Amino acid sequence: MSKSDKSSIHFTNHLEKTSISVDQALQNEALATLKYASLPTTRDEAWKYTRVAKINKIEFKNEQSSLEDIQKFIIDSNAITLVFVNGHYSDKLSNRETVDGLTIESLSNKSNAVTSSLPQNDEIFNSINTLFLNDGVEINIEKNSTIEKTIQILHILDGVDMMSNFKTIIKAGDFSKASVIQGFFATENCSNSFANVTTEVKVGINAFLTIDKLQYENESSYHINSEFVDQGKDSTFTINTVTLNGMLVRNNLNIEVNGENCTSNLNGAYLLKNRQHVDNHTIVDHKVPNCNSNEMYKGVIDDNSTAVFNGKVFVRKDAQKINAFQSNGNVLLTDDASINSKPELEIYADDVKCSHGSTTGQLDEDAVFYLRARGLSEKSARKLLVSAFVQEVFDQIENETFMAYVERCLAERFSWIS
Amino acid sequence: MSNYTENELSKDLENQEYKFGFTSNIQSDKAPKGLNEDIIRFISAKKEEPEWLLKFRLNAFEIWKKMIEPEWAHVHYEKPDFQDIIYYAAPKQTKKYESWDDVDPEMKETMAKLGISLEEQKRLTGVAVDFVMDSVSVATSFKAKLKELGIIFCSFSEAVQDYPELVKEHMGTVVPSSDNFYAALNSAVFTDGSFCYIPKGVKCPMELSTYFRINEANTGQFERTLVVADEGSYVSYLEGCTAPQRDENQLHAAVVELVAKKNAEIKYSTVQNWYPGDKDGKGGIFNFVTKRGICEENSKISWTQVETGSAVTWKYPSCILKGDNSIGEFYSVAVTNNFQQADTGTKMIHLGKNTKSTIISKGISAGKSHNSYRGLVQIHKGADNARNFSQCDSLLMTDECGAHTFPYIECKNSSAKIEHEATTSKIGEDQIFYCLQRGISEEKAIGLIVNGYCKEVLNQLPMEFAVEAQKLLTISLEGSVG
Amino acid sequence: MVTIKNLHASIDGKEILKGLNLEVKAGEIHAIMGPNGAGKSTLASVLAGKEDYEITEGSVDFDGADLLDMDTEERAREGLFLAFQYPVEIPGVSNINFLRTAINEKREHKGEDAISAKDFMALVREKSALVELDAKLASRSVNEGFSGGEKKRNEIFQMAMLEPKLSILDETDSGLDIDALRIVANGVNTLKSDTNATIVITHYQRLLDYIIPDYVHVLYDGKIVKTGPKELALELEEKGYDWIKAELAQ
Repeated sequence: MSKSDKSSIHFTNHLEKTSISVDQALQNEALATLKYASLPTTRDEAWKYTRVAKINKIEFKNEQSSLEDIQKFIIDSNAITLVFVNGHYSDKLSNRETVDGLTIESLSNKSNAVTSSLPQNDEIFNSINTLFLNDGVEINIEKNSTIEKTIQILHILDGVDMMSNFKTIIKAGDFSKASVIQGFFATENCSNSFANVTTEVKVGINAFLTIDKLQYENESSYHINSEFVDQGKDSTFTINTVTLNGMLVRNNLNIEVNGENCTSNLNGAYLLKNRQHVDNHTIVDHKVPNCNSNEMYKGVIDDNSTAVFNGKVFVRKDAQKINAFQSNGNVLLTDDASINSKPELEIYADDVKCSHGSTTGQLDEDAVFYLRARGLSEKSARKLLVSAFVQEVFDQIENETFMAYVERCLAERFSWIS
Repeated sequence: MSNYTENELSKDLENQEYKFGFTSNIQSDKAPKGLNEDIIRFISAKKEEPEWLLKFRLNAFEIWKKMIEPEWAHVHYEKPDFQDIIYYAAPKQTKKYESWDDVDPEMKETMAKLGISLEEQKRLTGVAVDFVMDSVSVATSFKAKLKELGIIFCSFSEAVQDYPELVKEHMGTVVPSSDNFYAALNSAVFTDGSFCYIPKGVKCPMELSTYFRINEANTGQFERTLVVADEGSYVSYLEGCTAPQRDENQLHAAVVELVAKKNAEIKYSTVQNWYPGDKDGKGGIFNFVTKRGICEENSKISWTQVETGSAVTWKYPSCILKGDNSIGEFYSVAVTNNFQQADTGTKMIHLGKNTKSTIISKGISAGKSHNSYRGLVQIHKGADNARNFSQCDSLLMTDECGAHTFPYIECKNSSAKIEHEATTSKIGEDQIFYCLQRGISEEKAIGLIVNGYCKEVLNQLPMEFAVEAQKLLTISLEGSVG
Repeated sequence: MVTIKNLHASIDGKEILKGLNLEVKAGEIHAIMGPNGAGKSTLASVLAGKEDYEITEGSVDFDGADLLDMDTEERAREGLFLAFQYPVEIPGVSNINFLRTAINEKREHKGEDAISAKDFMALVREKSALVELDAKLASRSVNEGFSGGEKKRNEIFQMAMLEPKLSILDETDSGLDIDALRIVANGVNTLKSDTNATIVITHYQRLLDYIIPDYVHVLYDGKIVKTGPKELALELEEKGYDWIKAELAQ
């Protein structure tokens, strides 16, 4: 990140400093970054293929919205639901329920200061999230509790030039089991908006936590999402990221495996069209022995869209007996579509089993012809093949309600046949 | 497929009389040491070769003189002195042991474990020269059958005499003398080898094995093999055997050329167990082989090999997929132990349209050995719709061995589909302990694990060979975990 | 069934077991709990015969035979089974092939005939149903691609197939959710008989709600320092291992 004498960030000029109680030391660090930094450029390795300069051209604001009808954004109508519009909690639109072993609170309602495990230094988007935090949610799952109901967090952007800074905190207690859905949307009236989101997760000993995340804003919105997960021993953490919309989407997923006998599952599907750009950066850091991680990301890139995948798996020196798998598959549907894929394995231990693979290709023309010869139109044939390609990732997603909603989005946006 | 086993062979041997089949008119049976034009003329004259073949040799020699011996980054060996080798010795001279008692007891034990009968063991170690098969006697039944179908299967020297047109037409077309250092050397001084021709539309009904070649069982130093499958034909050719091959001749530089014409298929399987020398790796064989096949339209060539042993192996079977829709396959298990070094791999050259190649390479390293795989997949500009799948796996059995994979993909055509996978894993003490705790002995456990690992490749071998290969793998890795 | 007397074991020169005594009779389930580093996994490895460990003193009698004198595979064939804490993957070797080889090695050892294919398949069907192990997993390579829970269930499946006299479960419950835990416990409970015995090594009391032990032992600093009925496990969970430490200090 380039440092200059004064900040060249002006897109936050109209944003108000946060009214949430945020740890002072954290704020100071964020301030220091904001003061001197500028937006990352393509000369920064981490942003090599993702251009964010245009963000600076908009002077974002943040306003409460009077949105009332959010029916179409509800992924799971039976879930415990908290709704945030432009980052602000709406009790009216939410559907809360008291369940044993579960405490959910919006950050604005909490008295103790919010802290963060996400780096602030040199990280402009994390720092902005800290300083201009609109609201967020803290989910606490008590030790030994199994939460049958899904927990659903919906974040909706509404209005023009809106920016929302939003945070989710999840603490899964020892031996607990829970499942969370995160949905990111934008209304029809929304344009040129920006969701700057952070998620921080602590998975306790022998706990099971699944996060199903859907990114479905619109073609004029920015979405930057930084996630940090700390896994305790014997735990299983699964995160499924489905990105179907957004002008520029950047996911920074960082999983630190701090205990033995853990399993980490990262699945991602991204389908792009027109002029979209999706960038998935993931890190799995194996610090201790006897753990497994499975990563599978698949993308379908159409028209003039571009995608980036950068998956890093670290296996530290004493992390023996690790099984780490990583794969990234991409299908380009036009000559103008492009993908930059960089799978990385950095292994410092010597008794491990790791593999990574990356494939890029076009649709198999023979297969298209075969289907057409059986009576399918060319369009239908291509759609069928594309869905078959991505299906491998969708097969990993256990939440059927989530998947049913995803399928509706696919039908709506890509006219997929189910 | 082939039903004639060694049991039947020994029965035949018992029932026949043997003659020493070699007579020679030339005084000396051995050429003096060294390599020069005179030696080459001498060799050609001894073998009563036609003028065109002598020219071929001399031409190759000229080319070789201008070449420099190649350096290989991952293989280190003491370079053989080319002037210190005898380039011709009559077959009679290669008897290696005076009596059965002189044969290494370890070698006897290995052969017994591999299930090789005693007579066969003696034949393979060259003990009883009088067991060498005679062209008239044993191989007669085969030759008759093959002759009915028009299939030619004989020694290279014989082919030069009896079928010169066929040899002349194809020799050097797949591996030209200028191809590489060892190919040039081989082209100049090759001793003998095999020749096989399958006529149009004929499917060879049995596996052709070099067992049935009438020459001695020892692999020659500079062997030359040519297999031509004419349009629409099929042949499965087996080379080598599981018995440890011992030879004082350190350097082996062979050339194998396969020609698969339109709609033809050649399956070439090799099971080789070279004597690795002593435990410090001294005295082992240097095995440099150039093997290549050329595929015409709609044809297919598969190379399957299971190799263990030699001190230094340099071997790259390759396929030139010249014809449209042609297919090239390579299945290999290479085992290195102690101080051995292997640098093996394959080259698939895609020239025609809609060509397909598959590479499955499994390396097993034990002891302090090093196993390198080098694969080249080359898609030329006109090779539309080429497809390749490569899988290179390495299995490490100790902390001191190494495995290295160097895949090269050169693609000049955007419609190509290329997939490459590489995995490295270790048989640790943990897996062995797991099996022990379930009541399975260490030997059985290694057998289970290694054979499971090599299953894909072993399945490509003709049945009998597969069984022998399995046993061979288990034996060559005995006591190697840790 | 098994009597361990004054067992001392070291690894890399460091003594881990410092005079362990334990007696387990046929028909019993014993639980062994203790803090990390106390020697729980060492005990399991030593009984199974892992060569990394050096036995410096003591004896283990297994049904009248000297266990320490036998090789690992011999102990297995005599009826000792260890459900590993981290079951190993063996790619290329199918679960079925692996088990059949193990069963036949045991039979050969006892002078019996090899199991017929028909009997074997019937046994597989019966036992895989017991641990709700999908038939598909049975024919895959040993533990390859299995999730943590599936690996642990596979251990119990193998236990069911091999019908051991003494089973040692080494932290079989860690990393399992409640449903998987129930299945594993059910499997173990169903296999319990008057002629076999089980030693359950666990760090958490949770498993013992489902597998009811006859005795609970606390393994601390290489020795069994306390033995009690199943209630001891609850007390331990509540008070923590510091309580034991304090008690011993007195």
